[in-house]
Amino acid sequence: MDTPAVLKELRERVVSAHQQRQPLRLRGAGTKDFYAEESSDAAVLDLCPYRGIVDYEPSELVVTARCGTPLSEIESALADHGQFLAFEPPALGSDPTIGGVIAAGLSGPRRMYAGAARDFVLGATLLDARGDILRFGGQVMKNVAGFDVSRLLCGSLGIFGVITEVSVKVLPRPRAEETLRFEMPAREAVAAFNRWSGQPLPLSGAAWWDGVAWIRLSGASSAVRAAHERLGGERVDPTAAIQWWNALRHCQHPVFRSSLSLWRLSLPDTTPPLALSGDPLIDWGGALRWYAYDPQSGDEPRKAASAAGGTAMCWHGPAPASGRFHPLKPTVATLTRRLKDHFDPHGIFNPGRMIAGL
Amino acid sequence: MNQSDVAAALRQVLPADCVLSRDEELRPYECDGLSVFRQKPMLVVLPRTEDEVRDVLITCRRLEVPVVARGAGTGLSGGSTPHQSGVLLSLARLNRILQIDPIARTARLQPGVRNLKVSEAAAPHGLYYAPDPSSQIACSIGGNVAENSGGVHCLKYGLTVHNVLAIRGFTIDGDLVELGGGAPDHPGLDLLALVIGSEGLLMVVTEVTVKLIPRPQLARVVMASFADVRDAGNAVAAIIAAGIIPAGLEMMDRKATVAVEPFVKAGYDLSAEAILLAEADGTPEEVADQIAEIEKVLRAAGATAMVVSSSEAERLRFWSGRKNAFPAAGRISPDYYCMDGTIPRKNLGPMLEAIEDMEARYSLRCMNVFHAGDGNLHPLILFDANTPGEWERADRFGAEILELCVRLGGTITGEHGVGIEKINSMCVQFSPVERDAFLRIKAAFDATGLLNPGKAIPTLARCAEYGKMHVHRGDLPHADIPRF
Repeated sequence: MDTPAVLKELRERVVSAHQQRQPLRLRGAGTKDFYAEESSDAAVLDLCPYRGIVDYEPSELVVTARCGTPLSEIESALADHGQFLAFEPPALGSDPTIGGVIAAGLSGPRRMYAGAARDFVLGATLLDARGDILRFGGQVMKNVAGFDVSRLLCGSLGIFGVITEVSVKVLPRPRAEETLRFEMPAREAVAAFNRWSGQPLPLSGAAWWDGVAWIRLSGASSAVRAAHERLGGERVDPTAAIQWWNALRHCQHPVFRSSLSLWRLSLPDTTPPLALSGDPLIDWGGALRWYAYDPQSGDEPRKAASAAGGTAMCWHGPAPASGRFHPLKPTVATLTRRLKDHFDPHGIFNPGRMIAGL
Repeated sequence: MNQSDVAAALRQVLPADCVLSRDEELRPYECDGLSVFRQKPMLVVLPRTEDEVRDVLITCRRLEVPVVARGAGTGLSGGSTPHQSGVLLSLARLNRILQIDPIARTARLQPGVRNLKVSEAAAPHGLYYAPDPSSQIACSIGGNVAENSGGVHCLKYGLTVHNVLAIRGFTIDGDLVELGGGAPDHPGLDLLALVIGSEGLLMVVTEVTVKLIPRPQLARVVMASFADVRDAGNAVAAIIAAGIIPAGLEMMDRKATVAVEPFVKAGYDLSAEAILLAEADGTPEEVADQIAEIEKVLRAAGATAMVVSSSEAERLRFWSGRKNAFPAAGRISPDYYCMDGTIPRKNLGPMLEAIEDMEARYSLRCMNVFHAGDGNLHPLILFDANTPGEWERADRFGAEILELCVRLGGTITGEHGVGIEKINSMCVQFSPVERDAFLRIKAAFDATGLLNPGKAIPTLARCAEYGKMHVHRGDLPHADIPRF
C-alpha cells in the first residue's frame, strides 16, 4: 500500500473510532508496551506501516520522518553523514519507531549535556480525533509562531492523537570521544559530577555503578585531550566504553534484568545518596537513579524522591497503589484533563495510558 | 466596567501607589518596543509581590477585565500593547534575584530581573545564562519566557525553552501553577514547553528558574567578506555541512554594514556585499582548531577576505556592529520596521534576491541582518512614518516577506513573537483547524479569554476577514509574479 493510502486508512480508523467511541491503543514497534499504565481493552492501531524518511538534508540539521519509521533506519541515514540524534533515545533492546520515541520522550545519557528529546523536536504533525491533520512547528531551529504544540506532543504518550510525522534536530557526531573511569563511592561521584558540570569541560555523560564513576568527554580532539589531562582518571578502552554507554542508553545494564521492581528516579542532580536500601545505578550526572527494590516495600522510592524534590516512576514490576507514574500536582492534572477534553472529547486515544481514568 | 470602579477594586488589594490611573501616568505604557502600535490602557498596576499579582488576577477575573502582562516593554511584536479597557500588569517591581546556586548551576529569579543581570550575578562563579537577545541589557526574564527569546548564540546554546528549568505563576483564575523543577524529567505533559513562548495568553509568570552554564574559557570570531550574498549564504551551509556548530554565525549585507560602520567603527569591510561573523568558543586548543577549520571552509566557499579577532576587545568590537544594527537603522532612517522570519538556511539566497525585488516594488530600502546559523532573518525595512503612505507600504513589504518565509518552508516569527503585529500572518501559516487547536489550548488555561486578548492567536473570524481583504485589495503587489 502506498503512503497516502496508509494515511487515509489511519484517518478512517480514527474517525470511525471517534464516532463509535471505540478506544484505540496507538502502537509502533511495541518496545514500550510495558511503559505506562495498564491499557484497557482498546483496539490496537498499528502505526508501523506509515513509515519512511520524508526529508533529510544534513546541512539543515533536521530530519523529518513518518511515525512508523524505525529508529535504526533514521540513525543509519544520519550516520552516513556523520550526524546523530544527540538525545540518544533508548532502543530498549529492540527497534522502536520514531513516533514512539517522541511520544514517550525518553532520553539517554547525553540528556544533561546535549538536551532531552523535547529539546530536539522542531515540528510535529497530529492526526486528531476528528481526522484532521494538524501541523505544528516546522523544520527550522527558531520558530515561535503559535503555541509550541510539537514539544507538548513529545512525551504526551499519544493521548492527543496520532503523531504522524516529526521533524527532529540532528547534530554532527563529536569528532572525538573518550571515557574515563574513577573508583569512588556514590556520594563522592555525585559531588564530582556537579563540580565538573560547573566547569567548561566537554562532558557528554556522567554515570556511576558499583564503586566506579564513568565520565564521557566529547568534542574536538584537542578539547577532549585537555579535559582528560585535567580530570585524570583511567582511560577506558573505546569498545568497552561504547558497550557501557549503550547499555545505559538502551536500558540493557544488568540492573534492568533484576527480578525486583525497578524504579526510575528523576532528581535534582545535587541530591546526595538517598536513604534507600541498595546502591542505585546513577546516570545524568546524578539526576537519574535506578533502584531495584523489593515490591513488598510499596512506594518507598517514590517517597524518598519526593522528599528530595524529584519524582519516581515504577519502570517494571507491580505498580504501587500510588500508580506507575508519579502522581501529578493537582493544577497540572486539571490542565491535562482540560487539554485532553478539548482535543479528544470522547477519550478514544490511549485511555488510561498517562493517568488512570483519562 | 468603568475605570474608577476597577481602580477602586484594585486599590482594595494593592497599595494606592501601585495603581496608576491618571493620563500622564498611563502614557508611558501605551506601547512596547513596537511603537507603531499605541493604545493607552485603562489602568496600570505595579504589584510588588507574588500575592499581589494573584490578587490582581482574581480581581480582574471577577470584574471580567482583560489583563495584559508586561515585562520591560522591549518586545518587538506588540505582545504587551495595552488593551483599551484592560489592566496593564507590569511585573517590573518583581525584580529580585532570589537565589544563585553555583553547585546546582541554577538561578531562581523574579520575572522583572533583566536578562544581562543574571549573567552578571552568575559571573563570580564562572557561570552565565546563555540566551542573549540583542535587548539583553533591558529585557526581562519574564518577557523572555513569554516570547521564548533567542539571541545570537542559539545555534549552539538554544533558546529560552532550552534554558528554563521551572516556572511558577498564576492562571487568570488565580490558581497557582508550578511547572518543571530541580529534577530534569517530569511526569505528565510538558506544560513548561507549552507555556514558554505563549505570549502571556495562558498564565502570568511570577518566578523563573534558569540553567546556568560554565562560561567558555575563550571565544574568538572570524569576520569574512564575500563579493556576493549568495556565496555568503552557501558558506553558512558549508560550515554546518562540515560538522561545525559555531557558537554564533551571523550575516550582514552591505546595506547593513554601511549603516552601522560610521556609528560603531567595527572595522567592517564596506566593499564586501556581505560579511559573516563566525564565532568559536571553548578551550584555547579547541578554539584554535575550530577557527582554522572555519577559515578553511570559508576560503573554499569564496571568502574574499578574513580577519580573526586577536583579543577580547576586538571580538566585542566585531560583534558591536551586529548588536547595534537596529539603533544604526534608526540613525539613518526616521523609522524602521524589523522583521523576524525564519527559513531553511539553503533558501537564504533566493530570499535575499526576493527582498531586493520587493525594495524596488515598494520603493523602500531594506537592510539585512541574519542569525544565519539558524536561518533567522531580520530584514530592517526603512521608512518615514511622516511621509503619507510609507508605513502602509512598509507594512505590506513586511507581510510579503513573511508570506515568502512560509512558502520557503519557514515561519513568520523566529524569536520576536506574533503579538499584535503578525496576527494576520498567522492566518497564512496555519490552517483553520490548527488555529482552532491553539484556541482550544488557550481555553484550557483561560476559559474567559481575559489574558492578553487579541494577541498571538487570531480568531477564525479575524482570519476570514483578512482573507477577504487579500482578495479585495486590488493593490496586492504583483499577484502575477511567480512565488516560490
